[in-house]
Amino acid sequence: MAHAIEFQNVTKTFQGSLRNAVDHINFTAEEGEFITILGSSGCGKTTLLKMINRLYEPDTGKIILFGEDISSMNPVKLRRRIGYVIQQIGLFPHMTVGSNIAMVPNLLKWEKEKTDARVDQLLTMAGLAPEEYRNRYPAQLSGGQQQRVGLARALAADPKIMLLDEPFGAIDSITRARLQEELLTLHRGMKKTFLFVTHDIEEAFKLGTRVMIMNEGHILQFDTPEQIILHPADGFVSSLVESAREKERFWEKFK
Amino acid sequence: MIDYMAKHYDDLIRAALEHLQIVLITLLLSLALAAFFTILCVYSKTASRMIPGLLSMIYSIPSLAMFALLIPLTGLGRTTAILVLVIYNQYLLLQNFLAGLNGIDKSISEAAMGMGVTPMQALVKIKLPLSRKAFIAGIRIAMVATVSIATIAASINAGGLGTILFDGLRTMNPAKIIWGSLLSALLALLIDGLLRFAEKRLDHSSTSCSLP
Ligand SMILES: Nc1ncnc2c1ncn2[C@@H]1O[C@H](COP(=O)(O)OP(=O)(O)OP(=O)(O)O)[C@@H](O)[C@H]1O
Ligand SMILES: [Mg+2]
Repeated sequence: MAHAIEFQNVTKTFQGSLRNAVDHINFTAEEGEFITILGSSGCGKTTLLKMINRLYEPDTGKIILFGEDISSMNPVKLRRRIGYVIQQIGLFPHMTVGSNIAMVPNLLKWEKEKTDARVDQLLTMAGLAPEEYRNRYPAQLSGGQQQRVGLARALAADPKIMLLDEPFGAIDSITRARLQEELLTLHRGMKKTFLFVTHDIEEAFKLGTRVMIMNEGHILQFDTPEQIILHPADGFVSSLVESAREKERFWEKFK
Repeated sequence: MIDYMAKHYDDLIRAALEHLQIVLITLLLSLALAAFFTILCVYSKTASRMIPGLLSMIYSIPSLAMFALLIPLTGLGRTTAILVLVIYNQYLLLQNFLAGLNGIDKSISEAAMGMGVTPMQALVKIKLPLSRKAFIAGIRIAMVATVSIATIAASINAGGLGTILFDGLRTMNPAKIIWGSLLSALLALLIDGLLRFAEKRLDHSSTSCSLP
């Protein structure tokens, strides 16, 4: 069985930059995994994701999805098969919530009944009553509700791979915790491969079946949360784990 | 002055209609050409760097000089006038069209692209609807400019309200001068008002704080 995602020696350098944004990266992810990508700002997380749906082209190396080299695939068709939640949500302000979610099904020319049913199903799944929210505009939703719509929109055509770039970035911690739970439940119910970018260490360890820790375009460690905590690969990773522990201790004091 | 209108109201109406006709024909041709330039600029980085600069250079040529340049090619009359007007409009329209398209939040175009929307679909389904206001504004500015430059075009026998104004100037007839300029100003104000109203309406329907 082919890997869901395979990176072979992938490098990406932006013009005018001295450093590789993504530097000789190798990894594989299996179908159904929930992989979180953790790293500080500018370490190449977004770049890595965007190479998977070919918003960026790698300079060297190969990216293979389910055994197929993506460089030989039509980028538009490829993108319609991958769910993508961008860092800034990016809902279409002139379209209703329903039309936003129906975007990819419409591009794929689904029957209207099928699309409508799918929109309602996804809204329900996202915890938004279809009758109430279907015909609203994005501006009429709270930040958290917009994030949910962004997620529903990415899931619309039932993609096998989901790329989530800090989908809970601009959300208060209570709503965030709830959305994290919902996302886990959602992931458990389907056989999709999730690549979830965050720079919040707790979020990464709570959600990921495996966590990829990146720094300056490299993968420092890619393992289960337990293994990373028990056996940090290097100084950077142990200081990261230590910083999370410290925070924990801070809260312990008030118990 | 009132006497003049009472006697020559048919002339005035004919000139005003002629003027309006020039404005509308110019608008249609200008929109077609500007749409072409806009699409070119959307698709090609080189075009988007070259075309606006070129058009602004052409726009800075005074209209009388432009008429003089074209008369050897297309002769006196309406064709030359409309040609000049269409050329001027390109700068005004493209300026506003591109500003509207570029003013769209980058995250929106990126989300669209990441979902597998083709550049043409993005233009039609997302970018155009989101920049309607800038489009109407561009059309308004271009049409008002057309009304005034079309008045000057009477000097090359293009007809319209300018004919009355220039007749008045030649024969020292104040009634003609006043009616010619007054009607041309009124026409400009009318078009400006109508399109401003349209812009406002769009504003209300797209600031989505009211339920549809
Ligand atoms: N379009 C671009 N052109 C030039 N340089 C870029 C571009 N996109 C990213 N970079 C550079 O590549 C590096 C990695 O950027 P990237 O966006 O992948 O970081 P990130 O890990 O997603 O950061 P953040 O957590 O802030 O979103 C950075 O140094 C950034 O400046
Ligand atoms: Mg990023």
